[in-house]
Amino acid sequence: MKLAIASGKGGTGKSMVAANLAFTLSRTRQVTLVDCDVEEPNLYLFFPTPAIVTEVTVPVPVVDENTCQHCGLCGEFCQYGAMTVLPDRVLFFPELCHSCGGCMLVCPNNAIHEEQKRIGTVVISRPLPNLKLISGMLDTGNPHAVPVIQAAKKEAAEDPLVIYDSAPGTSCPVVETMDGCDGCILVTESTPFGLHDLRLAVDVAGRLNIPAGVLINRSDGKDQETLGFCKDLGLEILMTIPFNREIAAIQSRGNLLCQVQPTWQNAFTGLFTKCRDLCKGD
Amino acid sequence: MIRIAVISGKGGTGKTMITAALARLLPGSLVFADCDVDAANLELLLSPKLIRTEPFIGIKTAVIDPAWCNLCGECMEHCRFHAIERDGDRYQVNPLHCEGCAVCVHVCPIAITMQPRQTGEVMYSDTERGHLVHARLIPGAGNSGLLVHAVKKTAMEQDGNCDLFLIDGPPGTGCPLISTISGVDIVLVVTEPSVSGLHDLKRVVAVCRQFRPRVLVAINRFDLEPSLTEAIQFWCNEENIPIIGKIPFDPAVIESVRNGVPVTCAHASPAAQAIQILESNLEQELRFYRDQRK
Repeated sequence: MKLAIASGKGGTGKSMVAANLAFTLSRTRQVTLVDCDVEEPNLYLFFPTPAIVTEVTVPVPVVDENTCQHCGLCGEFCQYGAMTVLPDRVLFFPELCHSCGGCMLVCPNNAIHEEQKRIGTVVISRPLPNLKLISGMLDTGNPHAVPVIQAAKKEAAEDPLVIYDSAPGTSCPVVETMDGCDGCILVTESTPFGLHDLRLAVDVAGRLNIPAGVLINRSDGKDQETLGFCKDLGLEILMTIPFNREIAAIQSRGNLLCQVQPTWQNAFTGLFTKCRDLCKGD
Repeated sequence: MIRIAVISGKGGTGKTMITAALARLLPGSLVFADCDVDAANLELLLSPKLIRTEPFIGIKTAVIDPAWCNLCGECMEHCRFHAIERDGDRYQVNPLHCEGCAVCVHVCPIAITMQPRQTGEVMYSDTERGHLVHARLIPGAGNSGLLVHAVKKTAMEQDGNCDLFLIDGPPGTGCPLISTISGVDIVLVVTEPSVSGLHDLKRVVAVCRQFRPRVLVAINRFDLEPSLTEAIQFWCNEENIPIIGKIPFDPAVIESVRNGVPVTCAHASPAAQAIQILESNLEQELRFYRDQRK
């Protein structure tokens, strides 16, 4: 079973839910937790353990200036403006390159080959006997999150139970994370911002045909609008976590709610049961 | 014109709430942009009156004409984004995965063409304090970095003569964030006292340092975890980054968001007072910046 945790709005508590759900489940079964928020990966902060780091690379073109005739075809072809061909040399802007391989394909003189360039890392650890943690980490200053998410997801491809923690937003990194999942938990908060962005997240899940349920975090009891929205769309409320300074403090210090207050494990086990039904389409 | 972007690294630290308050407090002529195009919220606090909407056409997307496709599969083989799928006896492009590279058109110019596709819209609106440029990205669409660029460009073209350009930025450190901070003079990073907040602050500052803006920090909900507020202050001090504001946790903030106004427009709450101090510190920074420019 593959489950994504997403939100639209940032800071609603995705990582908190992902970390506590994985921690609770790992007491009874094998679980893999994948941090797909590669721009700001946080899950490893909750599970400090020695880890194995592997580099994520993408192919980028290298022009052989001796063979290049400066015909300009590669520059004309590149849809991203990553190649500028001058009369005597070629300028390449790696941050604009999407590694499509087009320039190499169109070069009539075979003057372009590809070399691997590092854009981030995948960090794998086993913080608990039954818990495998995979974190995708984009190098700072690099704009291309998607290949790092793909590399992180690949490490979990064969695992039976996987929880993916998504980046906020609704664009490519979120689509890449949710793609292929059996269900998703949309974490929201009961503010107009939370509801506005929940609508967008529901839209993304719908476009990808992924069953979604809602988790209301930091509830101050004024959830009527969110509840009404969910009811209208037939979205199940999977769990409600109240606002409480103690919970906020546990999270802020990088601790796990289910470890500090073990009674919460029941609630997260219940959340998982509901998610399983959601994924089955019950 | 001085360009200021409010960013955070970590999401949900209070960027939009602070941007909206600054929009009301900062003196001079202003233009605003909401560059969190995935999930734009600034309009919920500035009550904009829409002037016009323009379609946003991102990068072109490949389209396969089944009438000309001979099912050779070359396109799928060459597509590195796994955007071409075989569905029974036809090949089709999944627009959610197509990055518009046009490699498939190169291998099959007969059946495949690149076609423009609207992936969002740019809105130009009026608010009490100046024009607001905001956008809507079609959920699931790519090119959010390009849309950020389009939003900033509209603001600069329409209102380039304003004293200040105030930008509400996206979370993260990737494509939309880099597009937001490029060409900006000052970034204000809003953080919070949590292990994640500090971690993400360090990462986003590392990205900013690859550009040229002056970096300032504000700590939101600073009283919720004093030990981490101290850790943030210690780190900023070591990095020579001024902390220009510390805002306490205050239920008045959520209250004002629910009412659709900046917190500084409601009664004099502790958060509102703290933001006023932040604003006067920012004004001082702006004076300093203008003097330096001369």
